[in-house]
Amino acid sequence: MRDIQAILTIASRDFTKLLRDRMRIIIGLIFPFVFVGVLGGSLQANLSQDAGFDFMYFVFTGVIAQTLFQSTAAGIISLIEDKENDYSQELFVAPISRQAILIGKILGETLVSYTQLIGILVMGLVFGIVFSPSELVMILVAGLLCAFLGGAFGVIIMANMNNQRSANQIFPFLLFPQFFLSGVFTPIKELPPYLFILSRIAPMTYAVDFLRSIYYAGKPEYDKVVLHSTSYNLSAIIIFSLIFISLGTYLFIKNERNK
Amino acid sequence: MPSDNSTIIHVQDLIKHYKKADKSAVDGVSFDVAAGSFFALLGPNGAGKTTTISVLTTTLSKTSGEVTIDGYDVETQATEVRSRIGIIFQNPSLDLNLTAEENVRLHAILYGVASYRPTYSLMPDSYKKKVDELADILDITKDLHKPIKTFSGGMKRKLEIIRSLIHNPSVLFWMNPPRDSTPRAEGICGLTCKISRKKHNMTIFLTTHYLEEAEGADQVCVMNHGKIVAHGSPAQLKSSMIKNYVSIKAKDMEGLTRELAKKKISFTNREKSIDIACTDSKIHGLLKSIDTPITSVQIHTPSLEEAYLEIIGEKIQTT
Repeated sequence: MRDIQAILTIASRDFTKLLRDRMRIIIGLIFPFVFVGVLGGSLQANLSQDAGFDFMYFVFTGVIAQTLFQSTAAGIISLIEDKENDYSQELFVAPISRQAILIGKILGETLVSYTQLIGILVMGLVFGIVFSPSELVMILVAGLLCAFLGGAFGVIIMANMNNQRSANQIFPFLLFPQFFLSGVFTPIKELPPYLFILSRIAPMTYAVDFLRSIYYAGKPEYDKVVLHSTSYNLSAIIIFSLIFISLGTYLFIKNERNK
Repeated sequence: MPSDNSTIIHVQDLIKHYKKADKSAVDGVSFDVAAGSFFALLGPNGAGKTTTISVLTTTLSKTSGEVTIDGYDVETQATEVRSRIGIIFQNPSLDLNLTAEENVRLHAILYGVASYRPTYSLMPDSYKKKVDELADILDITKDLHKPIKTFSGGMKRKLEIIRSLIHNPSVLFWMNPPRDSTPRAEGICGLTCKISRKKHNMTIFLTTHYLEEAEGADQVCVMNHGKIVAHGSPAQLKSSMIKNYVSIKAKDMEGLTRELAKKKISFTNREKSIDIACTDSKIHGLLKSIDTPITSVQIHTPSLEEAYLEIIGEKIQTT
C-alpha cells in the first residue's frame, strides 16, 4: 500500500517539476513541428505515391509512439541527475521498494511525455491530420504502453550509468538509431538482413508497430503498414519491459550499495 | 542480537572493505547505542565514520559483521530499518524545484505519515499541525510555501531537520553538520531534537569533526583508521586521557619551586607558571600546604577537544 502511495507521489513530483519548467514545455511543443511538419511533409511529397498509403498518417502515428518512448526514457535518466544533486539519497533511504521508486519515475515521466502529445496533435491539425474521437482514445491508451516500454528502456540504461555526462553521451547513441530501425519515418518491411535483425532487436520497433496496429486495425492500409499483430507486439512490449525493469532494478541496487 | 532491551543500535565486528581499496575503511568495529541516548561518533577525515553511518542507514552493503537497528538487520530487513530512522545528510538532499512544504510532504507520504494528496490544503490536519509546529520552532513558517531555490544554506538545513522529524523516527542520524548552519548557542541537542527526544524517546546518532557538538553526548565513540580508539561518556574520556591541573604563579618563583621540591609535590615548571596535576577535590588542600605567597591560581579542566587530540594522537582537520 505504501508503495502505491510512493509511486503516486514520485510520479507527481516529476509532473510538478515539468509544470515549473517553462523552457522544457516550450521545447516539448516545438519538437514535433520538426518531425511531423518538416520530415513528414517532405516524405509525403516525395514518396507517398509509391508507397500506396498516406505518409503523413504513417509518420504521425510513428512519431506519437516514438515521442512517448523517447520522452519517458530520457526522463528516467534524470535519476542520474538526482544522484548528482544528492536528492536520490532521500529516495533511496525511504522505506519503499526500489521497484516503487522506478515505477513511480516511469509513471511520472509518462505523464510528462503526454504533454508533448499535445504539441504533436496540434501540429497534426495544422497539417490536416485529424483523428476521430474513438481513434484518439485508442491512440492515447495504446500510447501508455509505448511510454512504459520507453521508461523500462530508460531504467536499464540508467542502471549502468554513473554520471550525467556519460548518460548524455551514450543515450543518443542508443536511441537515435532506433528512430530509423523502428520504422518511425520509413517502412521497414523490406530491409537488408543485418538491418532486419537490428530493427527486430530495437525495442522501439514494437512500440511503434503496436500503436500502428491499433490505429490501422480494420483499415485497408493495415497489411502495407503494420509488421506484426497487436498481440505479438503486446507480448514483445511486456517481455522487454519485464527484462529491462527486473535486470535494471537489480543492477541499480547492486551499483548503489555494493561499492 | 542486541545486548539488552534498551539497546537500539547494535554493531558487532563490522568490516567494510571497498572493492578497489587496499585496506578496510571500517575494520572490526563494535558498539551499542542505548535507546533515547545522544551518541556521537567522532573522528578525523577518513576515519571510517561516513562508511559506518552509510551501513547503518542501509545505503551501503557491509563486507561482514552484524548490524541491527531496533532488532532489525540492516541488510535483510532494510525496509523495517528505514521506516525507523531519520537522516540529516551531510549535503542537503532537497528537490530545488519544489517548495519547502512539498519537499516535506513528499517525505511524509514516502514514510506512510499521510496518504498522497496533490496539494497542501488537501493534506490531513495532523500533518499540517506537525509541519506548522516544526516550522514555527525553526522559524521558517513564512517561507514554508516558497520554492527553495532561493533558500540560504541555513534555511535548507532547517528544512532538512523538519523533514527528518516528520515521521517520528526512533533514531535520527545527523551526518557531519556544517558549522555555519545550526544555531550554535543551542547546540545539536538543544535544537529541535530536544522536542522529539522528549516526546518520542528518540536516539540521536551524530557524526562530526567538531568536538564541542559531542560535549553534550551521553556516549562518545572515537574512530581513527577504521577502528574505535576510545569509547565512553565525555567525562570518562576526559578523565581517562587527561588529568586536571592547577597552574600557579608567585613573585618568588624560585622559592616556590624549592618549596614544592622539598615537600615532594611533583610539578611542571613552565616559564612563567608552575603546573601541578591535581583533582578538583584536592585543590584546596594543595593550596593550603604551600607557604610561598601565590599571586595567581588557574584551575585547568581539559576540554573534550584536548582529550580527543590526545586519543587520536594527531591534529584533526576541520572542514
